[in-house]
Amino acid sequence: MSDSRQKLWLTILAWTIALLVFFPIFWMALTSFKTETEAISTPPSLFFVPTLDNFTEVFARSNYARFVWNSIAVSFGSTLLALAFAVPAAYAMAFFPTKRTPSILLWMLSTKMMPPVGVLIPIYLLFKNLSLLDTVTGLLIIYTLINLPIVVWMLYTYFKDVPGEILEAGRVDGAKPMQELFLLLIPLAVPGIASTGLLSVILSWNEAFWSLNLASSNGAPLTAFIASFSSPQGLFWAKLSAASLMAIAPILIVGWMSQRQLVSGLTFGAVK
Amino acid sequence: MTTLAPTHPATKPARKNREVDTRPLLWPSIAVLFLWMIVPLAMTLYFSVIRYNLLSPDLTGFVGLENYAFLFDDPALWTSLWNTLVLVGSVLIITVVFGTLFAVLYNQEFPGRGVARLLVIAPFFVMPTVSALVWKNMMMHPVYGLIAWLQSLLGIQPTDWFSNYPMLAVIIIIAWQWVPFAFLILLTAIQSLDTEQKEAARIDGAGPLAMFFYITLPHLSRAISVVIMIETIFLLTIFAEIYVTTAGGPGTATTNLAWLIYSVGLLQFDVGYASAGGIIAVVLANIVAIFLVRTVSRNLQQA
Repeated sequence: MSDSRQKLWLTILAWTIALLVFFPIFWMALTSFKTETEAISTPPSLFFVPTLDNFTEVFARSNYARFVWNSIAVSFGSTLLALAFAVPAAYAMAFFPTKRTPSILLWMLSTKMMPPVGVLIPIYLLFKNLSLLDTVTGLLIIYTLINLPIVVWMLYTYFKDVPGEILEAGRVDGAKPMQELFLLLIPLAVPGIASTGLLSVILSWNEAFWSLNLASSNGAPLTAFIASFSSPQGLFWAKLSAASLMAIAPILIVGWMSQRQLVSGLTFGAVK
Repeated sequence: MTTLAPTHPATKPARKNREVDTRPLLWPSIAVLFLWMIVPLAMTLYFSVIRYNLLSPDLTGFVGLENYAFLFDDPALWTSLWNTLVLVGSVLIITVVFGTLFAVLYNQEFPGRGVARLLVIAPFFVMPTVSALVWKNMMMHPVYGLIAWLQSLLGIQPTDWFSNYPMLAVIIIIAWQWVPFAFLILLTAIQSLDTEQKEAARIDGAGPLAMFFYITLPHLSRAISVVIMIETIFLLTIFAEIYVTTAGGPGTATTNLAWLIYSVGLLQFDVGYASAGGIIAVVLANIVAIFLVRTVSRNLQQA
């Protein structure tokens, strides 16, 4: 039947496209195991003796560990802080809705629409005066604020799905709102809270407007460190690749695992 | 919305509101977001009507709309607005077209579909500075890049992307990052398409093209509009990709509004002038935001 032939073509087409789209990442990963000479050789070397020198050298020559630490501190710190603000707020709006709840949610969403460049200058000057430039604390504050609306929205959607009867029963038994939140709701909503947190970590980890503008060395996360390879002096492609591979691999894996939740989070629940 | 069942308090959540004071729970989030939204914006607005240059601190004072007047007279503004439009428009078209086609393709059954899908969404999770540098160095480099090597195999003169086609190069990089986003959203949307409806259309003799245009595309229309709006908000102020590849150049060939504001404000330290540009960016983004908020709120009412 022509059906099986059609399927063969479909398979070939789909796989060719997938491999082409993924190719730059694959090539970067491959380059990270080459020597610098192999990295820029023409024709490109496909078969070579893999080396781990680039990885050890990235750690030895630059303060790579510090940039990694900054990225971890900024993305996880801002996520925890955003959750601390958002969990109570989403709880209040999901279980005690008022007439104003939809408007509050939409207003929170609208703060996300502010183009960062529109407030770049004042934030830069404020940070300068408060000595927050090039600090982890400074970026942590910004990331908390830019992710807070998304975190509230996602949690709100998850909390809506928690059966109200369970909380109701707790309330009848005399649970106070705080007890209800911490002892009943949070344990029930752990999967939702976790995937919300993951989205927030991914977004903060890859954020590259504020990190490039507000941090350059001491407080710089990986995004800013990688950008320092853009200078035309010298071709350190193998080292750039090694540093990049380590910077993207964990987030790529996390992103792959949570793609479903990402969709509803990134579209504010408009696409599920 | 009517109160037909007064005997079932559980179905009337509004009743409970008076029992619990939710303000301490909600108030912190609202307060920080309110400050975050209002303080810097007010400062930008204020800076945009004063004379404020960090390099000449003795020049101060209220100048009214002078910064705006200078800005509108500056050809750089119009170039940057045009570049922003070209960048956003091209990337939107590319991502929506390819996102839709990929969603249809990867919704079919074939061996290894799950892995193939993962490969296609991967670029979206790569940090922008890494994507831009991988493309700039390893793909598009005129001497050592893979594209140059392929061209030389075919006997074509290698292209110096960032000198001759800088905008195209930037568009390719950004589209590579955002096609996966459109694909991911549209694939999710296409999966909610009713199989019975598709089956019925097939029995009625609809060919694949008719199926696509009369069933799939209308079904995807709202998801596509969501993709367009969310991408527009991010693309309006694309920065990192330009920062590591072209730095707005050559000349002003890839200077978008974000880069113009950055270079005037943080490289030339003309705070007043840059702030006027910032206000223009805010106004532009808000026009898009109104549409997005409207779409999302319609969804909120349906829920």
